[in-house]
Amino acid sequence: MLTMILRRIFLGLATISIVSLIIFAGVEILPGDACTQYLEQDQADVELLEKCRDDLNLNRPAHERYTEWALGALTGDLGMSVNGEAKISDLVGARFANSLLLAFFALLVGVPLAMLLGVITGLWRDRKPDIIFSTIAIFAMTIPEFVSATLLILVFSVWLGWLPGIVLTSAGSPISEFFPEILLPVIVLSLVMTAHVMRMVRSSVIEVMASDYVQMATLKGVPYWQMVFRHALPNALLPAINVVALTIAWLLGGVVVIEVVFNYPGLGRMMIDAISDRDLPVVQAIALIVASIYVCINLTADLMTMIANPKLRTMYLRK
Amino acid sequence: MSAATFINIQNLSVGYTSQSGEIIRVLRNVSLSINRGESIGLVGESGSGKSTLALAALGFFKRGLRALEGDVEFDGIDMLALERDDLQAIRGGRLALIPQNSGQSLTPTLRIGLQVAEALRLHSQLNESDFEARVVELLTQVRLPEPATLLSRFPHELSGGQQQRVAVAMALAGEPDALLLDEPTTGLDVTTQAHILELLRDLASERNMAMLYVSHDLGAISRVCDRVAVMYAGEIVLKGSTKQVLLSPRHPYAHGLLSSIPRLTQTSLPLALDGRPPMPSETITGCAFADRCALADERCRSTPPTLKQLESGEKVRCFHPDRIDQLPVVNKTVTQKGNVSADHGGDALGLNQLAISYAKPSLWNQLFSNASMPPATVDNINILIRTGETLGLVGESGSGKSTILKAIAGLISPKTGHLVLNGEGRLTPKVENRSALHLRQIQMIFQNPDDSLNPRHNIAQILAQPLRLYFSLTGEELRQRSIELLERVRLGSHYLDRRPSQLSGGEKQRVAVARAFAAEPAIVLCDEVTSALDVSVQAAVLDLLNELKAQRGTTYIFVSHDLAVVKAISNRVAVLYQGRLCEIGPVEAVYSKPFHPYTDVLLGAVLEPDPNFMPKLSADDVVELSPPKTGCPFQRRCPRKLGKICDTDVPPGRIFDNGHQINCHIPETDL
Ligand SMILES: Nc1ncnc2c1ncn2[C@@H]1O[C@H](COP(=O)(O)OP(=O)(O)OP(=O)(O)O)[C@@H](O)[C@H]1O
Ligand code: SF4
Ligand code: SF4
Ligand SMILES: [Mg+2]
Repeated sequence: MLTMILRRIFLGLATISIVSLIIFAGVEILPGDACTQYLEQDQADVELLEKCRDDLNLNRPAHERYTEWALGALTGDLGMSVNGEAKISDLVGARFANSLLLAFFALLVGVPLAMLLGVITGLWRDRKPDIIFSTIAIFAMTIPEFVSATLLILVFSVWLGWLPGIVLTSAGSPISEFFPEILLPVIVLSLVMTAHVMRMVRSSVIEVMASDYVQMATLKGVPYWQMVFRHALPNALLPAINVVALTIAWLLGGVVVIEVVFNYPGLGRMMIDAISDRDLPVVQAIALIVASIYVCINLTADLMTMIANPKLRTMYLRK
Repeated sequence: MSAATFINIQNLSVGYTSQSGEIIRVLRNVSLSINRGESIGLVGESGSGKSTLALAALGFFKRGLRALEGDVEFDGIDMLALERDDLQAIRGGRLALIPQNSGQSLTPTLRIGLQVAEALRLHSQLNESDFEARVVELLTQVRLPEPATLLSRFPHELSGGQQQRVAVAMALAGEPDALLLDEPTTGLDVTTQAHILELLRDLASERNMAMLYVSHDLGAISRVCDRVAVMYAGEIVLKGSTKQVLLSPRHPYAHGLLSSIPRLTQTSLPLALDGRPPMPSETITGCAFADRCALADERCRSTPPTLKQLESGEKVRCFHPDRIDQLPVVNKTVTQKGNVSADHGGDALGLNQLAISYAKPSLWNQLFSNASMPPATVDNINILIRTGETLGLVGESGSGKSTILKAIAGLISPKTGHLVLNGEGRLTPKVENRSALHLRQIQMIFQNPDDSLNPRHNIAQILAQPLRLYFSLTGEELRQRSIELLERVRLGSHYLDRRPSQLSGGEKQRVAVARAFAAEPAIVLCDEVTSALDVSVQAAVLDLLNELKAQRGTTYIFVSHDLAVVKAISNRVAVLYQGRLCEIGPVEAVYSKPFHPYTDVLLGAVLEPDPNFMPKLSADDVVELSPPKTGCPFQRRCPRKLGKICDTDVPPGRIFDNGHQINCHIPETDL
C-alpha cells in the first residue's frame, strides 16, 4: 500500500516535471522571446529590449534558465513579471486565493446538492422528481455559461436589484469584501457543476439499483431505505469521487468565462490578461500551476478511491 | 391440494406491457406446488421463464414485469397481496433465495461477516452480541475453511465456490423452511459443483426444507430433486418424478433435451435439437414446440395442448405422449469422429517445452526490489498435434487452458519454449509479426459470441472481413462466398443483412464458426465455444464443428471444462492442472483406467442426468491461486499422494499404449 502511494506520488512528480519542460519548451519555441513579445518587436527600442533581457536573464542559455525556473518554482519563486514590477508568486498568490474562494463556495453548494439530486433522480427514475430535475440539468448543461450568467445578471441585478452583477473588489482584498458580489458567480458555477455531477451520480445509482446484489438484498428482506443506504449508495457513489475531483481541478484552474463575465479577479482572468499583455513569464507560471493542480487532485482522488473501494484496497494491502 | 402443500403457485401468468401497448406473457398459466421436505427441479432452456417463476414465489418481479393473473401462496399466505413489511419478514427468513450468481449477488463494499449478520439481525431473535458466534457457526456449517478469518473478507476475496457457500450460509441464517435456488452451481468447476450439491442435499434432509431448484443442468437436478418440472416458452410441459422425467421423458421437448446432453458413457456426439423456442412476443396458435417437434401434426399446429395426467402419474402438455418412442435416440446423421492414427497425416502444431507467465516484473520492481517471481502459469507443455485431429484440453478454472490457446494465437508470448507449425519451423510468438499465411492458418472461436462479434456490423460485414483480408474477394464473388459459408454452418443467405443482436445464441456462435472458416484455416482454436449455450444448442454446434472437420480435415484444439463435451468431440485429450500436464492420450484411454489421480477426481465429480448415478468425491475443492514451486502440481489436493517425493520431484511420465502418458510418481501398475 505504502509503496503504491509513494509510487503514485513519484509518478505525479514526474508528470509535473515533464509538463514543466513542455511548457518551458513551448515558450522557447515561440518566435522572439518574452521581451520582444512584451515590447512588440518592431517598434521596440533596442536599449529597452536589452534592459528587459538583462532583467529577465534572457541572455543565458535555455537549460540554465529552465533549471533556475524549475528550482525557483519548487521553492515558490516563480520569477518576476515581464515589466519587472511584481513578483509573479505574489500576483498569482492573490489570484489563486480568489479562485480557491470561488471554488470553495461553488463546491460547498454544488457537491452535496449534486449528490442529493443524483440519488433522488436515480431512485425515482422516470418518475416526476427525475423528469423535473433531469430536464433542468440538461438545460443547465447545454446553455453556455456566459448565457446563463448574463441571464442571471439580468434577472437578479438588473430587474430585481437583489445582487450585484459584477465584482468590483480587487484581488487581495479580505474575504468578507467579496460578499455579496461573489454570490452570482457561485450560483452559475454550481448550476453547471451540479448538473454534470448529478447526471453522473444518477446513472451510477440506476446501474447499482439494477445490480444483482441490490436485488439480493431486497430478497433477503432488507428494508428499502436500509438497502439503499447500506448496499446501494456506497457502491453508487464510489465513481463520484473522480468526477468531483475533476470538477475541483476545473474550478481551481480558473473558470475563464465566468471570471470574465463577472469581472472576477481569479486565476482564469489573470491568464487571459497575461496573454493579452504578452506577459510570457506569467503565462508560463499559471500553466505550471494549473498542471500541478490537476496532477495533485487526480492523485488525491485515486488514493481516496483506493481507500474507499475494498477491491482496490485489499489488492494493494495483500500484495 | 393436500394439507402439506407449502409453496403453491396456481395458474400464474407473468408479463409486461410492450411499447406498442400489447401485453406480453413471459409465464403462461403455470401451476406448481411443493410440499414440506420435498425438492422440485425446474428445467428448461434459457429464457423459458425459470428465474421469473422462482422469483415470483417470493412475490418479486423484475422491473417491468408483473403478475397478470393467478395466485402465489406460501404456507397459506397470499404472497401477491402482502404489504411491504410483511414481505420483508418472509423474504430471507422463512423463505430464502440462493441466487443465480453469488459473485454478483454479494454487495462488494460490505464484509462477508456483516452481510451474514444482517440476515441474522433481520430474521432471528438473537442478541447483537451473539451474532459473531452464530455467523461463524453458519460458515462452518457450509464447510468454509477458517470461518473466523473469512468474516472480515470482502466478497471479491473469495473464490466462486466460496461465494456460493456464503450465499447458502446467508440463506440459512433466517432458518428457512423453504429454499429457492436459481442455478446455484452454474459456472462453477465440476468438483466445486458436486460438493455444493452434496451440502444442499444434506441440509435439505436435515432441516426438512422444501426446495425449488432451478437449473438447466439436468445432472445437478437429478442429484438433488424428487420431482422435476420442465418448462418451455413460459409453460410447464412436463411434470413428474425425477426418475420418470429423466429416464423416460414423455414429452418430445424433454426427450430432445435429454438426448442433447453429452454423456461420459457415450462415445458419439449427442443428438442436436434444431430450431429455437418462440419469443414471448410471438403469437403461438398451437403447441409452442410444434416448429421443432418431429411428431407435430395438423392438430398440434392449430390447437394448444393442455396439461394432462398420464396413467403413470406424470402430467404432460402434448397430444402424442404415446408416440415418444418414434423419436430418434442416437445421432445417426453425424459422420463419426475421424480416426487419426499416428502415421496418418503430418504434424499440424507442436508445442515444445512451452512455459507461459503472466507475472511480468514491472520496471519499478526491476529497479527497486528483487522479489522472487511466482512460478510460471503454464510450464513444461510438450504436445504434438497431428493434422486432422481434435485435441481436447480439460481442467478446472485456472488450469491454464485458455492461456495455452492465447499463446498459440499469438496473443501472449511464451516465457520459454516455442511453437512449430506444420512440422516446418518455429512460429513467430507475436501475432503482429506473423506472416499473412500463418495468420490465416490459425483461427480462433471464443466462448461468448456477444463479445467476439461486432454488434454494429451485419453478418455480411462480419464475414467479409477475413474474405477481403486473406483472399482479396470483392463484389459478387465476396457475396457468393459469404452465402456458401453461411450455408455450411446451416444458416441461409437471408442472414446476411441481420445484425448479431437479431440472432439467438446458437446462431451467433454459428456465425463465429463461419467467420473462422472463412479464412480456410488449418487449425481452429475453440475456447469454451459451447459453455454459454443451452445444451440443445450446444449439441448443434458440436455437430457442426465435427461435420466441418470431416469435410475439410481441419485440426481443432478444443478447450472446455465440461468433460463430457470434450469426450464427445475429441480424438485425443490432455488433462491440465495448474498449467501442468497431468495426462494425455487417446480419448478412450484417458476416460478409462489407468487414471491420473486428478483425472479420477474430475471424472468422479461429473454428474450424469440419471437419478441412479452417484458422484464420487475424493478430493476437496479448494481453489489454488498459484502452482506449487516444486514437485507435482496436484500435490496439495491429491487423494493418493505418496509423500515427500510428490512435493519435491517433478513426476515422471508413465507411458502406456497408443501414446497414453500419465505424469505421476505412482508406478504404472497401480494407477
Ligand atoms: N424485466 C423484464 N422485462 C421484460 N421481459 C423480461 C424481463 N426479465 C426477463 N424477461 C423475459 O422473460 C423470459 C423469461 O426470463 P427468465 O429470466 O425467467 O428465464 P430463465 O429461464 O431463468 O433463463 P436463464 O436460463 O437464461 O436464466 C425471457 O424471454 C426474458 O427475455
Ligand atoms: S403437442 Fe404435438 S407438437 Fe407439441 S410436443 Fe406434442 S407432439 Fe410435439
Ligand atoms: S505425483 Fe503424487 S501428488 Fe502428484 S498426482 Fe501423483 S501421487 Fe498425486
Ligand atoms: Mg435464470
